Amino acid sequence: MAAEPKIVAAFLTVVAIALTPREAIWAFGVYAVLLVALVRIARIPYGFVMTRLVAVAPFVVFALFIPFVAGGERTEVIGVSVSIEGLWGAWNIYAKALLGASVSILLTATTEVSDVVRGLGVLRVPAVLTSIALFMVRYLELIADELGRMRVAMSARGYDPRWLSQVRPIANSAGALFVRSYERGERVHAAMLSRGFSGTMPALRHPTATATNWYAVILVTGAFWVIAVGAMVVA
Amino acid sequence: MSARVVVDGVRFAYPDGRKALRGASLVVEAGERLAVLGPNGAGKTTLALHINGIYEPQAGSVTIGDTPVTPETLVEVRRRVGLVFQDSNDQLFMSSVYEDVAFGPANLGVTGDQLEARVAKALAGVGASELSARPPHHLSGGEKRRAALATVLSMEPDVLVIDEPSSGLDPAGRRDIIATLLPLKMTQLIITHDLALALELCPRSVIMNEGVVVADGPTRDLLADDTLLSENRLELPYGLVLKRGNGSRS
Repeated sequence: MAAEPKIVAAFLTVVAIALTPREAIWAFGVYAVLLVALVRIARIPYGFVMTRLVAVAPFVVFALFIPFVAGGERTEVIGVSVSIEGLWGAWNIYAKALLGASVSILLTATTEVSDVVRGLGVLRVPAVLTSIALFMVRYLELIADELGRMRVAMSARGYDPRWLSQVRPIANSAGALFVRSYERGERVHAAMLSRGFSGTMPALRHPTATATNWYAVILVTGAFWVIAVGAMVVA
Repeated sequence: MSARVVVDGVRFAYPDGRKALRGASLVVEAGERLAVLGPNGAGKTTLALHINGIYEPQAGSVTIGDTPVTPETLVEVRRRVGLVFQDSNDQLFMSSVYEDVAFGPANLGVTGDQLEARVAKALAGVGASELSARPPHHLSGGEKRRAALATVLSMEPDVLVIDEPSSGLDPAGRRDIIATLLPLKMTQLIITHDLALALELCPRSVIMNEGVVVADGPTRDLLADDTLLSENRLELPYGLVLKRGNGSRS
């Protein structure tokens, strides 16, 4: 399946979740149920989604402090004084971050990165940006390999940094990595020129989105939006 | 299809002042397979980049068939000359082998079924049809090398310039590359310091050193000349002894 309907669906769904008033707790419950259903339909293991949700951990940790430091009316939870406004703020971040992240995990679990980038191209994201993203995806692993090899080469010669004064070789290797990547860029450019590249990436065969794909987008995002609008009206 | 390649007195210095070519000249007949031998830093790769018009000679000229390589003829030259880079990771920059093989012909304006046919033929030609959908960074060294060759074959070039086709490959991968190159009918320049590969593939060789061609002749004769080889930092594999011209090999 083409990537662009999935990207549109993910984007609209995240917007719907973000716009939902935080007081409509029931709406977030329904979202969660819908997302679990989607994960099931896509046959993605739950563990896969859970491990990737760890990515939002920094926000969640930050949100933990809000109830204690926020101002306004206070209440007691298990004997600790917390701000009511702060509790709502923390809940808002928790619910929206977790649901929003689950939507993007759903997208990336079902779509190759390169397809996502290409889908963005179909959706009129400028070719310069999509090309940069594609090259980054292609060469990131190679650069990571190079970095790994340099680290091994350093440890093989007894480099075991413990103090700040020993940081110099790391800085040097970062510089070397930059120069190597730059030189690779030049060689890749030469390779592109030698095959007739004239500044624009050629359009190649890819699956195009079918009407059914777009109906599915309307169905899924429609469900989220109906709930979001409902929650706004109730609030 | 094949074309004659004439390199005449090409001089080239890099921006840092290093003189890579100091008047290199050679002629490759249409359909001939020529090995370009020489030590590291002899200017072999720089020469290859001139044949495809990536670098413009600062003096001298390069001609492919009847077409001189000039800024005006670059599109034509790059269609006719396929260049396979030493590091396949430089050559395979798209997200799947299919896209990489299609990149060249698509730039030439080939589309639709014709493009599909070209890609399929090029991949089959190097025995890599099953690699089509794979991302290049997940291929083995030998697979990468064959895929890189396919990216150029899909442009149906008249001249093939290959930089170090066997470097970094295991013996089986090296054998695969030789088997792939042997049946190809276009003019081929094979840049290498794998002397056994040159002997097997190329009836004629040139030796480059310090930016000029220092020797030109039948591969067997050049490789049988110990003095010539050692002067140019080349060496036959241990145990391989050649005698001039008579075809014996032990």
